[in-house]
Amino acid sequence: MMGLGGFILRRLGSVVPTLIFVSLIVFALQKLIPGDPAVAMAGDESNDAVVEQLRAKYGFDQPLYVQYFRWIGNVLVGDFGSSYRNKVEVVDLILTKLPVTAELAVLSMIVALAIGIPTGIIAATHKDRFTGTLANIFALTGISIPHFWLGIMLILLFSVQLGLLPSAGYVPPWEDLKQNLLSLIMPSIVLGTGVAGVITRHTRGAMLQVLSSDYVRTARAKGVTERIVVSKHALRNALIPVITLSTIEFGQLLSGAILTEQIFSIPGFGKLIVDAVFYREYAVVQGVVLVTATIFILLNFVADILYFIVNPRMRGAND
Amino acid sequence: MTDAVLNSAPVRSGSRIRSRAVRRFLKHRPAVVALCILVVFGLVAIFAPLIAPYDPIKSDFLAIRQPPSALHWMGTDELGRDLLSRLIYGTRTSLMAGVVPVALALAISIPLGLLSGYVGGFLDSVLMRFTDALLAIPFLVLAIALTALLGPGLFNAMLAIGIAAIPIFLRLARGSALAVSKEDYIEAARAGGNSPLRIAFKHVLPNMIPPLFVQATLTVATAIIVEASLSFLGLGQRPPAPSWGSMLNEAQRFLPTLPTMALWPGLAIFIVVMSINIVGDGIRDAMDPRHKS
Repeated sequence: MMGLGGFILRRLGSVVPTLIFVSLIVFALQKLIPGDPAVAMAGDESNDAVVEQLRAKYGFDQPLYVQYFRWIGNVLVGDFGSSYRNKVEVVDLILTKLPVTAELAVLSMIVALAIGIPTGIIAATHKDRFTGTLANIFALTGISIPHFWLGIMLILLFSVQLGLLPSAGYVPPWEDLKQNLLSLIMPSIVLGTGVAGVITRHTRGAMLQVLSSDYVRTARAKGVTERIVVSKHALRNALIPVITLSTIEFGQLLSGAILTEQIFSIPGFGKLIVDAVFYREYAVVQGVVLVTATIFILLNFVADILYFIVNPRMRGAND
Repeated sequence: MTDAVLNSAPVRSGSRIRSRAVRRFLKHRPAVVALCILVVFGLVAIFAPLIAPYDPIKSDFLAIRQPPSALHWMGTDELGRDLLSRLIYGTRTSLMAGVVPVALALAISIPLGLLSGYVGGFLDSVLMRFTDALLAIPFLVLAIALTALLGPGLFNAMLAIGIAAIPIFLRLARGSALAVSKEDYIEAARAGGNSPLRIAFKHVLPNMIPPLFVQATLTVATAIIVEASLSFLGLGQRPPAPSWGSMLNEAQRFLPTLPTMALWPGLAIFIVVMSINIVGDGIRDAMDPRHKS
């Protein structure tokens, strides 16, 4: 039987090569940009000598593998380059924007779990009834609705028509917690409903599987009430895959906030990449893509470990 | 094709399985209704010039930002362009942006997946690590990063979405090829003296398509949303050509005065994407009844 340490080591064996490949892809993205970066850096009124000097300074005249190792070496010590527009280091930009998106992702996840799990349970326990169908329609709507449109519609209703919530902007929690939460209510609902749809579908599937299992049938035969069967026996086991799914979905939320942040003018990670694309700040785009992918890979890694811990059968399966 | 080939047992059983799947799909009422809705949207896209009451890019400065009326059923935008006509032409953009990238991704993933799954070895390991790495970059982030490289525009956006979709199909095609190549009939074909190339293309390839078909349907829905997102950000369809995403972008500026401008394009995306998801569920249930949703 495999222990937790062995499992972690085995998973690390696949995480590390994946991270190396991600770095190769991100490096390739930079190299695929048409044009000579030294010419672009030198500007319009430069001469050949300046361009040559820049080429030598930044190592553009070196073979590709030398450039890659130089770049990855810098990245590993936190040097992603600098943003010429903001005149700051890319790593500082990322460290400023990431907590904003992380807060939005946490709030969205709370919305998603609060809606997704109960709706999934209803969809499974009321399978052939009207309420079950309604729960399924909700899940499908959550998956299908374009979230940036939902955001616009919510602004229209709650900000323009009713004047209840701010339509845009962000206040840090340490400045004014109430305003901070008010500014994040609509974005969290927008992002949360999409994830809620996914969680509803998975909870429903897992619940249906557990509810038809032998031990639930035995519990029912022993006269245990349906309420206890669902809440005590079925839900605990059905939630195991949902917990791991939520970890992965959290990773998606960190990056999926791009349009939501754009609509609600939230200065987070998503807005950073969009602005960087418009101002052609490739170092920022590279940094954001690399950090996003790394977070996603690490969250998948955590999800696998969580699954291993909560599901004892995995230990036998990995022998 | 000769009669002998047509009457051969595998073909007969294959067509029987297909017709059973079609029958099961037709019994899935929501999927049939959703398919009809998609057919209507498809017809609207094809016959847009005949259906649209106005030129979608022609400005009319005497009819700026008008609410819905008998003349302009959905109203007009800030340049006096008829919103219904723009919505109708936008159907073309959205459906094309859903189908073209998926076709591109399939065209690259199927042969690569077949090679990776059937041949295996070092190539398989490298391709799968590469796929894992690409899958770690979220779809929209990858599409945005690629569009940043390629430059804005509908063609580039479709190309970026297609490239971003490759890892999804490559992994599935490889898994499918791997599973099919372990089947008894492949072993039988091998024992029968068929060349590996013939086995790969004649026997493995046709049998690895069905699971890809379901994924392709669902990815069309994702591609439509991603294209709308890119156009919304100004990275997709270039103005003045209409697209549902860019219409929403324009609408955002006039939300307090002309809310209907934002209503229609979003509703159109929602209906099409929801229909595709329902059809996808229907196809999956019809092809694999054990997986009934």
